[in-house]
Amino acid sequence: MRYAMAIDTLKCVGCSGCVVACQTENRVPIGYSRDWIREIMQGVYPNLNLEIRSERCNHCDNSPCVRSCPTGASHYEEGGIVKVTVSKCIGCSACIVSCPYDARYIHPDGYVDKCTFCDHRLKQGEKPACVAACPTKCMYFGDMDNPDSEISQILNSRRHKTLIPEAGTSPRVYFLY
Amino acid sequence: MNRSRRDFIKISALGSAGLIWGSYWLNAGSVAGTEAGHSGLWFSPAELTRTPTYCEVCFWKCAGWVHKNEKGEIWKITGNEKDLNCNGRFCPRGTGGLGQYYDEDRLKTPLIRTEERGKQTFREATWDEALQYIADKMKRIALEYGPESTALFTHGSGGKYFTRLLKSFGSSNVAAPSYAQCRGPREAAFYATFGQSLDSPENTDIRNTRCLVLIGSHIGENMHNNQVQEMSDSIGRKAVIITVDPRFSTAASKSKYWLPIKPATDLALLLAWMNVIISEELYDRKYVDKYTSGFEQLKAHVEGFTPEWAYGITTIQPGVIRETAREMAAAAPAVIVHPGRHVTWYGDDTQRLRAIAILNALLGSWGRRGGFYMVEAPAVPSIELPVFPEIKKDWTDAMGGKYPLADSVLANGLVDASLPQPGTGYLIKGWIVNGTNLIETLPDQKHTLEAIQNLDLLVVIDTMPMAITGWADVVLPECSYLERYDSLRDTHHREPLIALRMPAVEPKYESRPAYWIARELSKKMELVAYFPFETIEEELDHELKQMGTSLKEMQQTGVKIFPKESSLYFAEGEDVVFDTPSGKIELYSNSFAAAGFDPMPVYTAHPEPPEGFYRLNYGRAPMHTFTRTINNPNLHDLMEENVLWVNPKTAKMNDLSNGQEVWLENQDGVVSSFPVKVRVTERIRWDSVYMVHGFGNNSSKLSRAHGRGASDTQLISRVMTDPIMGGTGMRGNFVRFRNSKNGEGSV
Repeated sequence: MRYAMAIDTLKCVGCSGCVVACQTENRVPIGYSRDWIREIMQGVYPNLNLEIRSERCNHCDNSPCVRSCPTGASHYEEGGIVKVTVSKCIGCSACIVSCPYDARYIHPDGYVDKCTFCDHRLKQGEKPACVAACPTKCMYFGDMDNPDSEISQILNSRRHKTLIPEAGTSPRVYFLY
Repeated sequence: MNRSRRDFIKISALGSAGLIWGSYWLNAGSVAGTEAGHSGLWFSPAELTRTPTYCEVCFWKCAGWVHKNEKGEIWKITGNEKDLNCNGRFCPRGTGGLGQYYDEDRLKTPLIRTEERGKQTFREATWDEALQYIADKMKRIALEYGPESTALFTHGSGGKYFTRLLKSFGSSNVAAPSYAQCRGPREAAFYATFGQSLDSPENTDIRNTRCLVLIGSHIGENMHNNQVQEMSDSIGRKAVIITVDPRFSTAASKSKYWLPIKPATDLALLLAWMNVIISEELYDRKYVDKYTSGFEQLKAHVEGFTPEWAYGITTIQPGVIRETAREMAAAAPAVIVHPGRHVTWYGDDTQRLRAIAILNALLGSWGRRGGFYMVEAPAVPSIELPVFPEIKKDWTDAMGGKYPLADSVLANGLVDASLPQPGTGYLIKGWIVNGTNLIETLPDQKHTLEAIQNLDLLVVIDTMPMAITGWADVVLPECSYLERYDSLRDTHHREPLIALRMPAVEPKYESRPAYWIARELSKKMELVAYFPFETIEEELDHELKQMGTSLKEMQQTGVKIFPKESSLYFAEGEDVVFDTPSGKIELYSNSFAAAGFDPMPVYTAHPEPPEGFYRLNYGRAPMHTFTRTINNPNLHDLMEENVLWVNPKTAKMNDLSNGQEVWLENQDGVVSSFPVKVRVTERIRWDSVYMVHGFGNNSSKLSRAHGRGASDTQLISRVMTDPIMGGTGMRGNFVRFRNSKNGEGSV
């Protein structure tokens, strides 16, 4: 099993619904977030192009954060989810520096926090909170190893990309465009 | 207290919760929280880990679930899968709605204006004192001027009960600013054309459309939930989207065609589209023949409005006008020329919306799949009440016959009628303001404040210390929507449905729900016969039982859908009678002609920015609803302030850089109270600037929002009033940049 997420940039309106759904679901303190919106604008008026992306931890196959963690707090779990064991984390920030996507932050309680793909919801057969809440239904989530899954189908049928592929991290969050 | 003038009171020192009465659920007249009170007829909130609500963060009112954590505290809010307004998905504001409950800046106790050593201030009061004060003042106004000299402004779900209170008192002056400051022109225009107004949610069949035309309507930045969802679906289906906007909006970025129109010229484009559709015979001939009247007059009327004519006005190339008109016709009848929502722009808005309605009629989209579906409202039974007193006068008596086609009370009309209008002998002297921050809602703040100074009583009922509360004589702390029941949401969607709001938790502080406030006031005004049920639970249960359900059932489902009796679309060849003078869809409006207005839309040029000034445009951001949300801790975290969008050319000419703070000065010399940061972006035309509405708040009690960003409303001192229905056109204001609030000249 290999969990992956795809975000349709043609549909995303950048409303931040995913951000606040994650914050409330995962009790992320106000002022911090595990996901965020990025807008990339190109061109000169009136010939313009705007790409809007909901971004988060890419749960990379080759995660620099896991490699750089001195205590083993950052680790892979079933389905390739990259997680932090709070009790092992010493808040040294090595992972934060190593992540090309700036996906991690130090929680006010002193440990490093990030997207978990809402693994607590996955265990109950639910989608991650951001995917479930998104008003544009622009987010897809599932098992890439299953060719019949929605995520496999959408990645097979649509043009897609990952962020900073040159970093060699093999991200598992895809952007449809 | 004898006082000639109201001072604005900063209530920052108050809200210490110095007066404690204990639990509302245990002590108040309502017995909602106790088992003894309902004998198992319905659940108390404490018995449920998930309670139904409908959202109060905006007027879309999506139905959802409030989830509580292991401590019984509000944890998160999610959408109700059965609700057609949201389909189980909440926008950021709905999800972040819990911030309204947790906001520590909330109003906490009733407050009464008092004077100490020549300085006006608020003192904390008990509910009994505050309500008695209001009742006494209301009675005095009735004695001196008549009960018709009172008015209610409301934009919240408690409005039903305050409306009942005011009507039982003897006044029909009840206004929501959502009419004359927002969607009124389209209601009047669609009513004149199709005999039916649009109301909310709009009956646009975006889910099935093949072509969606947005004119200054920024779906995706306005989070009108199911419309955003359906637009996304339509993108997935590769429907053609045409966006007309001087700004490269989010919707524009999703569009096949973006028409970066010169502001204030939309009507010329609409007339040119009609010209193409008629001259190229692209209209739905069968539909037009069967259902419409006035086609020949329209044809003659638009003959001269060629794309070449419109090009000189709109700056949109004739080829693009033709191509987009053909796209619409190719998709017809599955095409929507969207009416928009906030459409009070230039004072001829009803005519612009008439043009939109006519265009839809030519394309045959009204009553057709992918166009506009036909709605049916659920029948919420009215409870039996004593007859309301006869109303002898109302706000229109002060209007001198103006705005004959207004089909709702104008909030600005109530303001006008609160200032002496010579010869009318009618004056409003008391306002109750519920859930609407009139200072930021109504344009021309100076005029609003003059009216406020002329009142004998101003009561503000709100959850937050918004700017309007600073002018109140009495402030009543309403509890947030997460702590109260309200009237049922009845919605005419694709199927008629109702939604229940019930409290998830007990009201914080001394806040109280609208029903309780209205009923307690009615007791003191000897009008309690109009509130026959002691608690709202009983009234709701009574209503619901007549609808074949019950409060207990609705507490577990949140939403109930009723079967729709009529069909969504006209059947092939179906005979339809429209509620217009001719019984047809009126391309030529007989009602407009009879009232002395142009029966078909005519383009008029609007004022342009003077040298060195830029047109002030404003709009929505997906994470905020006007001023209502700006202090919400969760939503403030997503967007703390607005910024001023400035085109790079404009920035260069004015020596502005990204992130620089500027004050804005409008054409009348009004300078913004606070500076706003410049955002240099190609997404806005060089002749305009843009900012999100709702920021720049003056109320220091809003600790997060105070002074963040600038207020567009403050700069809207010129109002272009629509003579047809009284809408307040707000987009004829121009600004220039200043490097200090008081300094000389521009930047």
